[in-house]
Amino acid sequence: MAFIPLKETNTGKVYAVTVGTASGEITFGGENVLPFHSFEGLIPNKPLIAYEIQDVPPSDWSEIVKKPYKDVSGDPVSWAKFCQDNLKAEAIALRLIGTHPDRENRSPEDAAKTVRDVISAVERPLVILGSNHAEKDASVLIAAAEAAKDRNCIIGKAQEANYKTIVAAAMANNLKLIAMSELDINLSKQLNILITQMGFDKERLITDPMSSALGYGLEYTYSVMERIKLAALTQNDATMQTPMLADVGMYVWKVKESQASEQDLPQWGSVEERGIAWEAVTASALLLAGANLLIMRHPKAISALDKLVEELI
Amino acid sequence: MALTGVEIFKLLPKTNCKKCGFPTCLAFAMKLAQRQASLDLCPDVSEEAKQKLGEASAPPVRPITLGSGDKAVKMGEETVLFRHDKRFVNPCVFALEIKDTLAEDDINIKVNEVIESEIDRVGQKLRIDAIAIINDSNDAVKFEAAAKVIATKAPGIPVIICTVNPQAAEAAIKQFADEKPIIYGVNSGNAEAMANIAKTYKAILGITASSAFGGSGGGLDEISTLTEKVKSMGVEDMVIDSGARKAKEIIEHNTLARRAAIKKNFKPLGYPVITFAQREDNLVELLISVVGVAKYSSIIVLSSIEKWKNLAMFTLRQNIYTDPQVPMQVEQKVYKIGEPLPESPLFITTNFSLTYFIVSGEVENSKVASYLAVMDCEGLSVLTAWAAGKFTAAKIAQFIKEAGIENEIKHRELIIPGYVAILSGAIEDKLEGWKVTVGPREANGIPAFLRSRMAGK
Repeated sequence: MAFIPLKETNTGKVYAVTVGTASGEITFGGENVLPFHSFEGLIPNKPLIAYEIQDVPPSDWSEIVKKPYKDVSGDPVSWAKFCQDNLKAEAIALRLIGTHPDRENRSPEDAAKTVRDVISAVERPLVILGSNHAEKDASVLIAAAEAAKDRNCIIGKAQEANYKTIVAAAMANNLKLIAMSELDINLSKQLNILITQMGFDKERLITDPMSSALGYGLEYTYSVMERIKLAALTQNDATMQTPMLADVGMYVWKVKESQASEQDLPQWGSVEERGIAWEAVTASALLLAGANLLIMRHPKAISALDKLVEELI
Repeated sequence: MALTGVEIFKLLPKTNCKKCGFPTCLAFAMKLAQRQASLDLCPDVSEEAKQKLGEASAPPVRPITLGSGDKAVKMGEETVLFRHDKRFVNPCVFALEIKDTLAEDDINIKVNEVIESEIDRVGQKLRIDAIAIINDSNDAVKFEAAAKVIATKAPGIPVIICTVNPQAAEAAIKQFADEKPIIYGVNSGNAEAMANIAKTYKAILGITASSAFGGSGGGLDEISTLTEKVKSMGVEDMVIDSGARKAKEIIEHNTLARRAAIKKNFKPLGYPVITFAQREDNLVELLISVVGVAKYSSIIVLSSIEKWKNLAMFTLRQNIYTDPQVPMQVEQKVYKIGEPLPESPLFITTNFSLTYFIVSGEVENSKVASYLAVMDCEGLSVLTAWAAGKFTAAKIAQFIKEAGIENEIKHRELIIPGYVAILSGAIEDKLEGWKVTVGPREANGIPAFLRSRMAGK
């Protein structure tokens, strides 16, 4: 029996988002087919992987992922330059974790200074992230947005509890915005609608449906992402056509599998390779589910993912 | 395409005799369409209808069992393209390749790795399921010798006999009599000889395409012709390999095959897919396996099975193949996080796996050894369980009393989730001598909560 491939074309299309300025400019999203289905549609851009750095030394990171950055992570500027120049990062994600009230509790002004310093030191596009403390993020991200004015960065994350101030700041300073909700397609949709109702251009928005690590709820993120992508493409739902973010590193590097020593758990094998594998596998699965932008930590996990992407496009 | 209820109804006797146990033929037809009833229940159905319905009601991807005995693994039977629609049915098989060019000692080492690969994760036993013996030498005698070593060393482990040479296949398969192996390497040239061997030894055939990269869909057209041909020779159990090796082709071919099987009920591609994921770099090989696990491969052949790699693969397979409609649950018990002492804090939460993972992860992060009492609430999260009357003061009190934790700890303080602060008084009433402390509402507040407690002491 002759086989005739059943190709499926879609009415909907994911928005292409361009970040950065001048020579550092880069675009992700823009596809009109399911992830890596280039046999039946267009995938004009590769997914973008951002190296995660932070405003304070990574005292809370596991030793394995601290090691590659040990000479530079004391200072965000040298850390960012190391990612750009030595690791050839395509983008950098600066997490202002030091502003969290339970951490160093840095002020919005201090955070803004860090943002200014990092922006002027690197050419690659920047993702600016708060500490995920809804209240504090509102003030920190306003200051950070002003510091990044007109630099075409991505800022986030706006959540239901604080989106109004963050959206206004992103709009006033001409930035792209990440909107995050907790593992529910309807919550993601609702937040995207609320944000666009404020006058924010939907083509400047990135959806974070909330990531989870391999073995720790990954299947929830995986399925929410697949459903968002299907809604965007097959139902032509304009509120779901934003590119998606997978914020991988922060979830992976705190689970037991990325930290427990081989002495304690000999049946789990080498902790270094295991941790790197945990990050790379989590990221790969979310890539296949539809993530367009990924935030990751370990250089070896990122370079393995690069190799996978090369095979996929 | 699967038949609709009405189409099935037209083929039934329409006597409404109720012998099938349903009130009418139409009701029975509807159940058949949903695959919730079997046609055997109707005593009066015609032969013609049986044939038509049998074809249409078979699962779009043929169910096949590889191996025999307690290590046998089921493949196929899939009904959907996306896991949120319905559970993916049979988790893919991981197989380690062993080349017949290896020395006997090296074969033994590899077989040992397979035998020792079993790990327990969230109550499930996970392992490398099978061995793929590769006829790299092109020599039937060598192949037979390697098969003999493996059969002796690893009795009961399902095998995939990989060779295009029917003589070599027959020599090897004798080592696995009645063990339902796969003979992989069937092409248009050797199909007849291979089919005869498969019939004699009750083996599954692995169908391969010669031109993997000829246009869109690649070798799928060739595979369709071959599976039909082999079926006409009397072998129905097959697995297929379109020749896809690059990640991009694996997605393309696997998607097109699964789509044709499910949406068009296209039988020539309705077989489990075997994917060869071998790569120089073992981390990249792992990521190619991720593509196979997520995107419809039923067998993934690997070149190495390091423990760290297995753990990641097994966990992914478990995640992708869980039932999306049944909340994942963890076992009800008091979990130890770190190495808690009799003075260590005691938390309580519900047994929704995501709740458990997030809470235990945050407690772990705080680096304060603790006890975490996880109560069976049928897999609901804290607020939902409370609303549904499953996480109530009386039930919490009873669980704490029966859990035996009172013998392990010196103190009598229970930390409850902030969302159910309202329960604190009622729990204290029902748990005599206990003090209830209201913890943070969200798990991410736990590290700060524990730190401030430590500072206060």
